[in-house]
Amino acid sequence: MIGQILFVLIAGAAIGLFSKNVKKIRRNIRLGKPLDRSDNPAERWKTMAMVALGQSKMTARPVAGFLHILIYLGFVIINLEVMEIVIDGVFGTHRIFSFLGGFYNVLIGSFEFLALGVLLACIIFLIRRNVLKLKRFSGIEMTEWPRSDANYILIAEILLMIAFLTMSAADYKLQGMGIGHYIKAGAFPVSSFIADTLPHNEAALVYTERFCWWFHIVGIFIFLNYIPYSKHFHILLAFPNTWYSNLKNKGEFNNMSSVTNEVKAMLDPSFTPPADAPAGKFGAKDVTDLNWVNLMNAYTCTECGRCTSSCPANITGKLLSPRKIMMDTRDRLEEVGRNIDTHGPDYSDGKALLGDYITNEELWACTTCNACTQACPVNIDPLAIIVELRRYLVMEESNAPASVNNMFSNVENNQAPWKYAPADRFNWAKND
Amino acid sequence: MAAEGQEPEVLFWVGCAGSFDERAQKITRAVCSILQHVGISYAVLGTEESCTGDPAKRAGNEFLFQMMAITNIEVLNAYNIKKIVTACPHCFNTLKNEYPNLGGNYDVIHHSQLLQQLIDEGKLKVTGGESFKGKKITFHDPCYLGRANGVYEAPRSVFEILDAELVEMKRCKTNGLCCGAGGAQMFKEPEKGNKDINIERVEEALELKPSVIAAACPFCMTMLRDGVKHFEKEAEVEVLDIAELAARANDL
Ligand code: SF4
Ligand code: SF4
Repeated sequence: MIGQILFVLIAGAAIGLFSKNVKKIRRNIRLGKPLDRSDNPAERWKTMAMVALGQSKMTARPVAGFLHILIYLGFVIINLEVMEIVIDGVFGTHRIFSFLGGFYNVLIGSFEFLALGVLLACIIFLIRRNVLKLKRFSGIEMTEWPRSDANYILIAEILLMIAFLTMSAADYKLQGMGIGHYIKAGAFPVSSFIADTLPHNEAALVYTERFCWWFHIVGIFIFLNYIPYSKHFHILLAFPNTWYSNLKNKGEFNNMSSVTNEVKAMLDPSFTPPADAPAGKFGAKDVTDLNWVNLMNAYTCTECGRCTSSCPANITGKLLSPRKIMMDTRDRLEEVGRNIDTHGPDYSDGKALLGDYITNEELWACTTCNACTQACPVNIDPLAIIVELRRYLVMEESNAPASVNNMFSNVENNQAPWKYAPADRFNWAKND
Repeated sequence: MAAEGQEPEVLFWVGCAGSFDERAQKITRAVCSILQHVGISYAVLGTEESCTGDPAKRAGNEFLFQMMAITNIEVLNAYNIKKIVTACPHCFNTLKNEYPNLGGNYDVIHHSQLLQQLIDEGKLKVTGGESFKGKKITFHDPCYLGRANGVYEAPRSVFEILDAELVEMKRCKTNGLCCGAGGAQMFKEPEKGNKDINIERVEEALELKPSVIAAACPFCMTMLRDGVKHFEKEAEVEVLDIAELAARANDL
C-alpha cells in the first residue's frame, strides 16, 4: 500500500513538473511572430508520417539511421510495457496484462529483443561520440553542455535498459522457483541469459526485482523531466515540427508584404497600403522578431550536426555552422523566457540574437545553398533564420560588406549586379 | 529580336550573367542556336530586361528585390508573356517562385528542362557535330536548380543522347555541394576559412578524371573554371554548359 501511494505521488509530481515545463516552452515559442502554416493538411500529415514517424531522412546516413530507428522503435514499443508498469504501480498488481497469455509472451519476448537492441545501439553511439570522436559531433557550438547532454541521454537509456532486463531476469528466476505472486508469464529470450548471474536466493531475487522495477520507472519519470531541458525534446517536437515544415520549393524566399506596400507606394504615389498592413522592423534582430516556426525549429534541433557537416561554408573552414544558428536561437529564447519569468514581460536585457549570439561573419558566409535544410532529419530550416538576420543587417542597419553594397548599387543603377551600362545588355548578340 | 508586336512561343530570359559575362554569353548563344535549330520562335527583352533581383534578395535587400521584380513584371505583362525559358537557375528560381505573388504569373522553365522536353519529343538528337561518345563527363548540380527546385534528371538527359559516360561525384543531386557562388557570394570575397568552396568542389570533380565538367548555371561556370585553373588542369578538363554540349554535338 505504501508502495502504491509513493508511486502515485512520484508519478503525479513527475507529470505535473513536466507539463509545467512544456507550457513554458510553448509560451516561449509563441513569442515568435505569427505565421500561417495550416494550408494543405493532407500533404502535411504525409510529411509528418514520412519524416517523423517513418524516419525517412535518417537513413541518408545508413549506420546512424539504422541504429537510431532501433532506439526509436524500442522507445515507442517499450512504452507499452511502461503502461503495464504504471498500472501495476498504481494498483499494486503484478504483470496485469499477463491474462493475454500467448500474446503476452510474444510481447514481452519482443520487448526484450528491442531492449537489447537499444542497449547495443546506445553503446555504439557512445563509442562514436567519445572514442571514435566523429567530426560531426564537434565544432565551436559543441561546448561542454551539449556534449554532456548527448552522453547523459545515452547513459540514461543504457541504465534503463539494464534495469529492465535485470528486473525481467529476476522475475524469470522467481517464476521458475514458483514463488508467491510471481506467476508464470512472459517470455524471456534475452534476460534468461543473465538470470544465472543473479543469486539463487528468494529474498535477494525479490529485492533485485523490486529495486530494478523502481529504478526503471523512477528513472523514466526523471528522464521525462530531463527532456525539456535537453536536445532530447526532439522526440516530441519532431512531430509538429515536420507537420509545420516548409512545403514550398526550397529556393523560394518569402516576399515581405511590408516591403511590397512601401515599394508600391514608391512606384505609384496614388497607392494606399491596406489598413491591416504589418508594420515594425524589417528582418530579425532578436528571437522575438522571428516567426514561431523558426522558434519551434530551435527547440526541435537534435544537435546532430548533419546540417553543419553538409554546409559548404563550414566544410571549408568558415565560422558559419547551421547547427550553431539553431542552438543560439534556442539559447537566446530560453534566456528571453527566463527574463520574462523573473522580470516580467516588458523587461529588456539589452542583448539580442544578432550580435550577442550570431555574428555578421557567420551570416555573410552562407551561400543559401539549402544543403542544411535538405540534410536535417526533422525538416528544420536554419536558412530561414539566416535570411531574416541578413534582412535586418541590410535594411535596418545598412550593414553589409562593401562589395555587397556595390552589388546593390549596381543592381539599382545599372539593372545588373556588375557595373555595365544597361544599353550594352544586348551586345552578346553582336560580338559572335 | 526584342519582342516586337508578334507573340513568340517563348521568351528567352537571358539574365545578367548571360548578357554581360563573356563566358556566359557563349552559353546564351548556344541556347539561341538550339532554339533556332529546333524551330522554336523566341524573343528576348534585350535592353528592356533587368536583373531579376535575385542577388539582392539573397543578400537580404528585399526592397531592391521587389523594386526589380515589380518593374520586370510590368514589362513582362506589357508584352503578354506566357512562357519563359532561362539558362540561369537563379533567374529561374526567382521568376518561377517569387514573382507570382507580386503579380507575375508565367510558365517558367530552366533550359535543362527545355532540352529534356526536346529530347523526349525526339526534336533534339545528336547529329553531325563533335562526338562525346564514351567521354567521361561529371555534372555539378546547381543548388538553385537541384535542391531549390527538385530538378535533377533534366540536365542529365543531355548526357544520355550524347552517349557519354556520366560519372557522378559522391556529393551529387540532393547531396550536391554548392560551387560557392550562391547567396550573393559571387559578388563578395569569401569569409575567412581554410579553403575556397569552389576549390573543394573542383577537387572532388577532378578525382573522377573527367574530360568535361558539365554545368547548368553561369555562376557555377565561373566558379568551376576558376577551380580548374587553380589546379592547372585547363588542358585536360573542359567546363561546359549542357547547352554548349548539345550545341557542339550538333555542330551548331
Ligand atoms: S544554406 Fe547556408 S547555412 Fe545552409 S548549408 Fe548552405 S551555406 Fe550552410
Ligand atoms: S538543424 Fe537539423 S540537421 Fe542541424 S543539428 Fe539540428 S536537427 Fe541536426
